[in-house]
Amino acid sequence: MALLETDKIAMRFGGLVAVSNFTLALEDKEIVGLIGPNGAGKTTIFNMITGVYTPSEGQILFCNVDITNKKPDYITKLGIARTFQNIRLFSSMSVFENILVAKHTRLHASPLSAVLNLPKYSSEMKKYKAECLELLEAVGLSDLTYEKATALPYGKQRRLEIARALATNPKLLLLDEPAAGMNPNEAHDLMNFIRQVRDNFNVTILLIEHHMKVVMGICEHIVVVDHGVTIARGTPAEIQTDKRVIEAYLGVDAHA
Amino acid sequence: MAENNSNLKFFLTVGALLLAGAAVFTAQNIFDDYKIRILNLAAVYVILGLGLNVINGFTGLFSLGHAGFMMIGAYTAALLSMPPAAKAMNFYMKPLIAPLTDVHLPIGLALPAAGLVAAFFGLLIAAPVLRLKGDYLAIASLGFAEIMRVLFTMAQSITNGALGLKGIPSINSMYFYWTTALVTLILVKQLVNSSYGRALKAIRDDEIAAEAMGINLFYHKVLSFSTGAFFAGIGGALLGFLVTTIDPNMFTFLQTFNILMIIVLGGLGSLTGTVISAIIVAVMMEVLRIVDAPINLGFISLPGVAGMRMVIFSLLLLLVILFYQHGIMGTREFNWNWIINKIKHNGDIGKKGGKSHGAVGNG
Repeated sequence: MALLETDKIAMRFGGLVAVSNFTLALEDKEIVGLIGPNGAGKTTIFNMITGVYTPSEGQILFCNVDITNKKPDYITKLGIARTFQNIRLFSSMSVFENILVAKHTRLHASPLSAVLNLPKYSSEMKKYKAECLELLEAVGLSDLTYEKATALPYGKQRRLEIARALATNPKLLLLDEPAAGMNPNEAHDLMNFIRQVRDNFNVTILLIEHHMKVVMGICEHIVVVDHGVTIARGTPAEIQTDKRVIEAYLGVDAHA
Repeated sequence: MAENNSNLKFFLTVGALLLAGAAVFTAQNIFDDYKIRILNLAAVYVILGLGLNVINGFTGLFSLGHAGFMMIGAYTAALLSMPPAAKAMNFYMKPLIAPLTDVHLPIGLALPAAGLVAAFFGLLIAAPVLRLKGDYLAIASLGFAEIMRVLFTMAQSITNGALGLKGIPSINSMYFYWTTALVTLILVKQLVNSSYGRALKAIRDDEIAAEAMGINLFYHKVLSFSTGAFFAGIGGALLGFLVTTIDPNMFTFLQTFNILMIIVLGGLGSLTGTVISAIIVAVMMEVLRIVDAPINLGFISLPGVAGMRMVIFSLLLLLVILFYQHGIMGTREFNWNWIINKIKHNGDIGKKGGKSHGAVGNG
């Protein structure tokens, strides 16, 4: 039984078909790469899965629950978390608070009991704060706990964004270009980090990435889209030799 | 950093509260009615500013409907607390509708009721208004306030229309207004520092990321909006008790503008800033009355122009927006750590003449 299944989802903006007939099944604990040239519709696929867009066609099942028409916050609560292509941290908050925000969706205490600091609220918060500190320790950001999030170096901000997504206790993690703008060293660290995340937090990871070294290095399966159409899927080795993929990236050889 | 000195901070807080209490006690005893009234108005502005800051400063929703909620609160409190005889005197054009004529509640009940009714209206209009963002939300909430004003002018059998209500129970005790302001400050502080407050700030910082973190945008915006409306209702009710007469034209856009000016001057997203700036504005409004009067400079005498002081406030606001966008406090808050650090820091490097800059963070 797949964790996430998208059944022939499509997204049209007016006359423009951004994605068509996209079918994907993610198994537990795999790392899958979603690649394709610019404008291929990768982020649109993310936005459909996370509920930012409602697909024009098709159905999305997560843990056998239909999430096709659901709102992003509901989908996050069910267990899908994401990061963004352009980092979106909460700029007025510290590293710790950024992580703590993600726990809010798990809070049961009412606003009134929060304002009056009733035992129900304070015991819940105590638990979440401890979890957050533990998480920061696990992702190696504990020495920056009380720093302002946006004052962190770029690589750490990326890492914090992933940690924040993990704080929602997801089963599926969507990473939108986690290695964007990273130098080879940072990218190498990131690869190890993503593997650790998968192993330590038991999450399935779907990632969009242009950095081929990262994609080929950590993904077990790769799906290639171009102009909204899935043109290939397979292991990194298969993708690297796939003629259609090479054509999509480099163009058709006129002398062939 | 955040957890140390907690004992010291507790004693400092208790000390500060005692000091504030003593200040209010002294002021109550040495000032005349007029000065006390101004200070009470400052307390009302504190409450109104805190309410609007929850919506505009902490959630980043640009609402201009504060006067509407104030009006709802003021009328609710007045109609619930006025003695039946006073109501009969007021409603000579058209009688007041049935149950309201005989209602006579103590102020302790009328005040929270005013807040709750305003919050209820906040909930009602939140659904359509909060679908909008930015400028559109501002226009829609402004429109709501104006519509309410027109409705209140026309609903003569409930509000006495444009004639207004006179003879509202008068209170001019500083204890009453400043205790209410203190309770408001504590409640709002508790809210914005709670997990819910963090969710509001997340929405302000980045709505898309907040939603992706599982925060239900609509629920939290409604929460923020009706909390703000609640305190607007309380503030409006207090304004009624302070001036003892209300009519719909007291609650025009100018009223909202005053409160908006307070929170912008104080810093959107700072409770400390709101309190400071509310007091400054309330006092300045009176002090600057000299500007309204004719001025004789010796070589030239200027005629008195009523409303000149508002020009000064407008200039002040312009200067703040041009050169000091964050207001007095920005999003920072008063914090004992800051003072403790400053004292320690000065002690440490005082000899070198180094300038201290303590961290004002969360605490």
